[in-house]
Amino acid sequence: MRYNEKELQALSRQPAELAAELGMRGPKKGSVVKRRLVKLVVNFLFYFRTDEAEPVGALLLEHCKVAQEEPSGFSISFVEDPERKYRFECHSEEQCQEWIGALRRASYEFMRRSLIFYRNEIQKVTGKDPLEQFGISEEARFQLSGLQPSSPSLGPGFPGRA
Amino acid sequence: MKLNERSLASYATSGAPADRAGFLFQRAGRAAAYLRRWFVLRGNMLFYFEDAASREPAGVVILEGCTVELVEAAEEFAFAVRFAGARARAYELAAESQAALEGWVKALSRASFDYLRLVVRELERQLAAVRGPAPAPPARALPRRPPRPAPRPGRTAAPPGAPRPPPRPAPRPAAAPPPRLGPQRARRLRAAARELRPRGARPAEPLAAGPRPALSAPPETGGRGGQAGLGGPRAAWVPGLQL
Repeated sequence: MRYNEKELQALSRQPAELAAELGMRGPKKGSVVKRRLVKLVVNFLFYFRTDEAEPVGALLLEHCKVAQEEPSGFSISFVEDPERKYRFECHSEEQCQEWIGALRRASYEFMRRSLIFYRNEIQKVTGKDPLEQFGISEEARFQLSGLQPSSPSLGPGFPGRA
Repeated sequence: MKLNERSLASYATSGAPADRAGFLFQRAGRAAAYLRRWFVLRGNMLFYFEDAASREPAGVVILEGCTVELVEAAEEFAFAVRFAGARARAYELAAESQAALEGWVKALSRASFDYLRLVVRELERQLAAVRGPAPAPPARALPRRPPRPAPRPGRTAAPPGAPRPPPRPAPRPAAAPPPRLGPQRARRLRAAARELRPRGARPAEPLAAGPRPALSAPPETGGRGGQAGLGGPRAAWVPGLQL
């Protein structure tokens, strides 16, 4: 699949939501742990060799599942192949929880669901649609009816789920 | 750069309805002809397929940091998705009607994650403002996270020497108690919300830099400054085009 690699590289240089040096293991069987600078920017997770400016790779964080892996580590897998896991090792349980939380919130889909939820809540309290001021109240992507069953990256009981 | 292309392709063709889909003409190079392709906008990704029945996308345009402009061209209903930087990339596209042109330009200008995040943050503030200091349901904990006492509303600065509270779990909206917003601050927030531009691609810039509502995302790491540098969605105006 062709993609605009230069823009993706530029994105990897943007300020990150979260960045840290972590141990990383690729999904292939028998892969070894490597130190990588891991950087979360919008819905992409970039990973760099610690002394290089260009990322080795990027993961688009949509339709993914972030799971805790003992001890103090986590894994990312994707719905189309749940056994294929990218594994990360943190230096502490606290760092691990921080990353898991951030990665679960990182998807566009999560952001969209939050928007729909807030919109609905504000409408309940004020009787007004807060999206009107932005001129986006009619967009199909923000309608309550568009809420899908929860993706694997979110636990059950996410507020606003249909 | 490696990219999880299989996941990307799966995201492109997943069951959920796309944000926008339709035929567009795409120009391969400056002198090349326009080719008709099937385009699918999902989130901040614009996928394109050889035709509507293709199983896999031929390619994807990652839309962060792009601008969307109308272009004067021999081709009718032409527009471009441009990026900043040296040897900047531009995707030259054309719609099949004026309505399609306007729809696509609007959708693409507002597709970035950055834009969506601005809107969500603004709504978080508004919800906190209208809710005021009412008590909220207990915070939901992430699975396996050890239980922690919720910080008391209104207390924004830890006393010196006190241990820093851990980052909050994922903000299930309304899961955390909002801070006490004094009547003055609530009035200012409501006034600011009313002043937001009625139409246009961007919401107002984030409001006062006071203590953030507890509903918002957990404290960011140091690398956050200058998000505006991403150059969010913009659309160039043409007289008569209502966006």
